[in-house]
Amino acid sequence: MNTPMQSTDTLNPTPQQPEQAQPLVRFAGVTKRYGELTVLDGLDLQIEEGEKVAIIGPSGSGKSTLLRVLMTLEGIDEGVIEVDGEPLTHMPDASGQLVPANARHLRRVRGKVGMVFQSFNLFPHMNALQNVMEAPVQVLGLSKREARERAEELLAMVGLEDKLEHFPAQLSGGQQQRVAIARALAMRPKVMLFDEVTSALDPELCGEVLNVIRRLGEAHNLTMLMVTHQMGFAREFADRVCFFHQGRIHEQGSPDELFNNPREERTREFLSAVNEAH
Amino acid sequence: MNFFDWQFAREILPRLLDASLTTIGIALAGFAIAVVLGLFLAIGRRSRLHWLSWPITGLIEFIRSTPLLIQVYFLFYVFPNYGLNLSAMQAGIIGIALHYACYTAEVYRAGLDAVPRSQWEAVTALNMKPWTAYRDVILPQALRPVLPALGNYLISILKDTPVLSAITVVEIMQRAKNIGSESFRYLEPITMVGLFFLILSLGLAWCVRRLENRMELAR
Repeated sequence: MNTPMQSTDTLNPTPQQPEQAQPLVRFAGVTKRYGELTVLDGLDLQIEEGEKVAIIGPSGSGKSTLLRVLMTLEGIDEGVIEVDGEPLTHMPDASGQLVPANARHLRRVRGKVGMVFQSFNLFPHMNALQNVMEAPVQVLGLSKREARERAEELLAMVGLEDKLEHFPAQLSGGQQQRVAIARALAMRPKVMLFDEVTSALDPELCGEVLNVIRRLGEAHNLTMLMVTHQMGFAREFADRVCFFHQGRIHEQGSPDELFNNPREERTREFLSAVNEAH
Repeated sequence: MNFFDWQFAREILPRLLDASLTTIGIALAGFAIAVVLGLFLAIGRRSRLHWLSWPITGLIEFIRSTPLLIQVYFLFYVFPNYGLNLSAMQAGIIGIALHYACYTAEVYRAGLDAVPRSQWEAVTALNMKPWTAYRDVILPQALRPVLPALGNYLISILKDTPVLSAITVVEIMQRAKNIGSESFRYLEPITMVGLFFLILSLGLAWCVRRLENRMELAR
């Protein structure tokens, strides 16, 4: 269903026909530059609802930037990103022309996306429960009681029901990352972004975080997009693996296709380099 | 040779103590306004809206680069020509508050800069509004380490209150000058005023040091 190299001539920034199943996330010709450096180079990518997509590739290939622009942590220079059929960084004006989104539009569309960071980014002055409750109360307008129930449920799901009152500094890296996952889930996003979530962890703590993500994938029809260096996990967990190179998707396919039968020379090189390192 | 006259000192003590309340009141009022106003200036200066950040930056640099004495002179002697009539006390408190707000703003700025960018990213990913993010996430982290620095500005404000004697506010220094010109004895009143500031400043500095130690421990 997904051709390895999508051609750019089908680029169509207007929303798709309603009768077609609409992708949950769509990048169309997205370019992001830092000065001279082009990090995303006319990127096209579609992610269906419920799909689990792993992004692999050498460092500097733009894979983290892909998540960061989808979370609106960075702006884009060209192209359109759509979430759930709506443009993210743009909105239609009265005449239907796309103009830069105002804060209200941005907040509404951004609310469908959640993100877990490599360095956890928990709030250090709040305990685990407060970390998870903060945004549901302040952003979604839940009552303290509702938010507490939701937070306790999620913290139990990630196996931290006995650490509710612990502050981040009192938790291990793996535990902090699980709190961060619970915190992102508490906002009930439609798509979850995982940005190298085990890279800052000691190897023996990766497993507990990956297990949580694995369970999450099984139990919920959550769309997930993860940048990872854990090839084993990508192979087992993802529906589709995208190999990123020089700001584009160089090759993509099922884990079986991409890991066992990579078509592109560059993909083969990367995979053998990764295998040697392990 | 003129020696310290304890009898005279005892006589004028009640008058000086009475005026010292004015001094303390001005310092506390000025500090309270400076602490709040400085925070808004710091946040405004960080704004991405240039119509907001540029004038605030200009104001801060202007006020920090001119003497407090000239600023209170403007407030009390020049502004009435343009219809803004302030009492000496009002002009004095506003002058001190505005002057020190520009210094506390820089303290807050250092505190805000010290909050990692990743905290802002977390706040954005959770879709929080800027105001909520500042109140619940950013400020609690930015304020704790700068509390001792703010305390030091309370001491500076206290020691700058005699400037207001130049615009006829009867704080402790003005009272001492009045006593001196009535009695032709300056040694006792001026010495006593000096001691008043010394004792209060040392006491406050001790409190600030304790606060610093508690911050270190909490780290």
